[in-house]
Amino acid sequence: METVPKGEKAQDTLKVRVWRGDAAGGEFREYAVPARENQTVLDVVTQIQREQEPDLAYRFACRVGMCGSCAMEVNGRARWTCRTHVKRVAAPGEALEIRPLANLPVIRDLATDMAPFFDKWARAGGTFQPKDAPDGAVPAEFSVVPPESKQRREADAGIECIGCGVCYASCDIVAWNPDYLGPAAMNRAWTLVNDVRDGARRERLEAVSGDAGCHSCHSTQSCTERCPKNLDPSSAIAGLKRTLFWDSLWGRLR
Amino acid sequence: MSARAGRHMWVAQRVTAMFLGVAVLVHLVTIMVAVRGGLSATEILGRTQGATGWFAFYAAFALAAGLHGAIGLRNIAMEWLGWRGRGFDMAWLGIGVVTALFGIRAAWGLYAS
Ligand code: HEM
Ligand code: SF4
Ligand code: SF4
Ligand code: FES
Repeated sequence: METVPKGEKAQDTLKVRVWRGDAAGGEFREYAVPARENQTVLDVVTQIQREQEPDLAYRFACRVGMCGSCAMEVNGRARWTCRTHVKRVAAPGEALEIRPLANLPVIRDLATDMAPFFDKWARAGGTFQPKDAPDGAVPAEFSVVPPESKQRREADAGIECIGCGVCYASCDIVAWNPDYLGPAAMNRAWTLVNDVRDGARRERLEAVSGDAGCHSCHSTQSCTERCPKNLDPSSAIAGLKRTLFWDSLWGRLR
Repeated sequence: MSARAGRHMWVAQRVTAMFLGVAVLVHLVTIMVAVRGGLSATEILGRTQGATGWFAFYAAFALAAGLHGAIGLRNIAMEWLGWRGRGFDMAWLGIGVVTALFGIRAAWGLYAS
């Protein structure tokens, strides 16, 4: 039995269209869940899975906006569902429409295969390569990085990425060019290019250049607009382009 | 297409864009000066015949415009038509150079006639 909090009418329902299917295809199915004053989109999906459709596939972990696993397309836009309140995306009486994240292969229902997203993260040189400690050894001395330095601030600006894939699903270039690294991977690369302790600057800049990299970005800023952590991958990519421009002109990169 | 080629195309397009920005200004000012008191073939030829500086300027202008336009169209064709790869890139550069040659031939006409 559902318990109805005080002050809410038991009969209020919310209509939800949920995409059901797998890699071969699928369709929307309609559900009705109790409408609550305060509920997130993830609460709604969980209600359907617990009370109505035990085989509904979806993904979540932390429920507090830290792990990045719960992103889906909600009423046409990629969002982190655990931190998205229903009333912010659907007017009273309006239905919810929930699809798996765009630009990624569907495994089943609302669960997408994130492997291409993280593979590109690796291809963009997303791993820290300590300058003075090869093979990941712990350096003998701590690095001192002044918090006010320009590079430190550039790195800080992009460091809080939770790898949710919202930006990736919102980028037209990813949809047009399957090889395009995408905003999150290049945002990560830019934080490392600005990390003074890192020794792989050159390889990383080469990895993010060209038509599969930063040079295909149109600075349309969908990624920046939709990032739930308010990061700015578009500016990070512009930073990569700027750096590569001068490095190419002065012959620091051939 | 290698990442390096893509990067070089991008750099070339930006550098030509910068030059075009200045060149268009010079071109507009020249037009405004030239049309004062009417435009005549003798007046134009008087300015350009044997003027190496003007020839160099118009040749560079044509080269930059040809390359810039071709690279820009290449980018659009990559996205919208999926025309990617070395073959296409060479074809676009060819188109850029041929377009530029038309402009350079016209400039040569004014210089050497
Ligand atoms: C005459 C002065 C010109 C200037 C100052 C100029 C400047 C620029 C700049 C700054 C861009 C980059 C825009 C971006 O960052 O997305 C650009 C792109 C482009 N330009 Fe020009 N341009 C000029 C002339 C031309 C001409 C004559 C053509 C002829 C076809 C042309 C075709 C293009 C195309 C197709 C793009 C798009 C490239 C892309 O989206 O990657 N431009 N131009
Ligand atoms: S700014 Fe670049 S990376 Fe971000 S959505 Fe637009 S094209 Fe994609
Ligand atoms: S940059 Fe923002 S939207 Fe993209 S994966 Fe990181 S947290 Fe998510
Ligand atoms: S469940 Fe962890 S971010 Fe939403």
